[in-house]
Amino acid sequence: MNTPSDTGRQAKLAEHAYRLRRFALRMGEVQGQGYVGQALGYADVLAVAYCHAMNLRPDTPEWEGRDRFLLSHGHYAIAFYAALIEAGIIPEDELETYGSDDSRLPMSGMATYTPGMEISGGSLGQGLPIAVGMALGLRLKGNPAFVYNSMSDGELDEGSTWEAAMGAAHHGLGNLICLVDINNQQADGPSSKVMGFEPLADKWASFGWHVQRVDGNDLPAVITAFDTARALTEAKPRVILFDTLMGKGVPFLEAREKNHFIRVDPPEWQQALDILDQAQGAAR
Amino acid sequence: MSTATAKKPRLTTSAMIASIASEGQRTIAAPFGKALVTLAEQRPEIVGLTADLAKYTDLHLFGQAFPERFFQMGMAEQLLMAAAGGIAKEGFMPFATTYAVFGTRRAFDFVHQVIAEENLNVKLCCALPGLTTGYGPSHQAAEDLALVRAIPGMTVIDPCDALDIEQAVPAIAAHNGPVYMRLLRGNVPLVLDEYDYKFELGKAKLLRGGNDVLLIASGIMTMRSLEVASALAADQVDVAVLHVPTIKPLDTATILAEASRSGRLVVVAENHTTVGGLGEAVATALLTAGVSPQFRQIALPDAFLDAGALPTLHDRYGISTDAMAKTIKTWLA
Repeated sequence: MNTPSDTGRQAKLAEHAYRLRRFALRMGEVQGQGYVGQALGYADVLAVAYCHAMNLRPDTPEWEGRDRFLLSHGHYAIAFYAALIEAGIIPEDELETYGSDDSRLPMSGMATYTPGMEISGGSLGQGLPIAVGMALGLRLKGNPAFVYNSMSDGELDEGSTWEAAMGAAHHGLGNLICLVDINNQQADGPSSKVMGFEPLADKWASFGWHVQRVDGNDLPAVITAFDTARALTEAKPRVILFDTLMGKGVPFLEAREKNHFIRVDPPEWQQALDILDQAQGAAR
Repeated sequence: MSTATAKKPRLTTSAMIASIASEGQRTIAAPFGKALVTLAEQRPEIVGLTADLAKYTDLHLFGQAFPERFFQMGMAEQLLMAAAGGIAKEGFMPFATTYAVFGTRRAFDFVHQVIAEENLNVKLCCALPGLTTGYGPSHQAAEDLALVRAIPGMTVIDPCDALDIEQAVPAIAAHNGPVYMRLLRGNVPLVLDEYDYKFELGKAKLLRGGNDVLLIASGIMTMRSLEVASALAADQVDVAVLHVPTIKPLDTATILAEASRSGRLVVVAENHTTVGGLGEAVATALLTAGVSPQFRQIALPDAFLDAGALPTLHDRYGISTDAMAKTIKTWLA
């Protein structure tokens, strides 16, 4: 049962997620394209990560005590920049530069371009094995920070993901939390059709991980999953499998024929923003 | 009694573990492992990672000395490279070891994207470079230098002997950025102590002068070149040997200065295919500078190499001392 403070926290995070979705849509409008379907679907997870779970100092993105967040799926950069803006790491007006020449916000995430971007993702399947090395390094230093690796369900096809899954369990990396966005969509179609990955929770468990699978658009469930992963004392890595809906929050995009790269026509950007604004206004 | 089977000669076999040292040659055991342990006593940020090949890359010595700084990554080279990058991002200096075939061919994108693209301070030390095993193409890294040379910002080292390795280890640690070093493991020949030589990152060194031929070499081919120079001296052929242990960045100034001296046949000798290694690097440097001596390449063919015993294979592909001397005499005739 929710306590009043739970309800207040959820309302606050819902507001963050709403703003995050708006930032992503505005960046998409700048270029007339972008992975906005994924950004809308994953916004709740990112809002909880950046506005609830993680230890951060927005004015010092490289603070040694920060929790590390690796964006393995570099094409989610549009969603991630929205989170960085909402967390106060990047100024809001910079979103106007998204994807432009010399911008700090390239279309695919690059570590050397963007404050708060820990790795250059995009060559898929690299985040989790990098996270293993960072988690080993943090433990060796006695630094209690967590390493979060965020990845897509398509990356479950990559062999390196499972090399890292074995390695993380073997080394008992309790400071490693893997987040998987399961929107069941990759370049050539539904992920389950491209390369079947179920039973996914069983797979991770059999590799020696603590596993949670939740609806990634159910804020209370997402909050609880993060809290649980952080609070565990077992010396084993943790994975949270988030089932998400591409386009979440904008019904005409939710209903659009599902594609890895969702089509948005020019007038629809403003329509989508209006829908988000109306829904959030009603929720307040 | 039939003598047919009794007199059958013993067949030569493939030589995985065998040292590249020739019989009677002076050697030092595990120079890489020993040098790393010595250095790591002074440098607490050094960590060691391997992919199930600690014993076969001499990294086990580091693991025994510093068990808390040693990480076994299993037979998983993509994980090895990415985790090395990750731990470097946390301020450590990883030495990551495996065989050259796995470190380059199998894990290439992880070396390229995770390590090199961010200029991370990872030292890749990869054994069995070029043709130093008889196990066939699965283990023969005949194209490793071509692959790593193509990576922006990568420093590439091909040491000749135990002394070179011992001195290269602290030198590559002193360099901030990714390094690929070809590793000789086990009982490694000791040759360069007879010369006025010291390893310096980025420097080519003239080991002996000579007026007829300039042999430009790296790695074990420098050792072979010195033997060739001695052998040809008996035939009144005067051979100079320029050792180029740093393949990238190339010491073009020294190479050009030596190659510009007129009248000498310039031969590049490398334990690598003709494609993309030291030979092509030197040729590019010479042509770009307008220096055009008579130029030849001693290298492995652009082919999948045979399995067999190393001495047989080195003869077959022209990189044994005898084969090299014969080839050079043909070119001079």
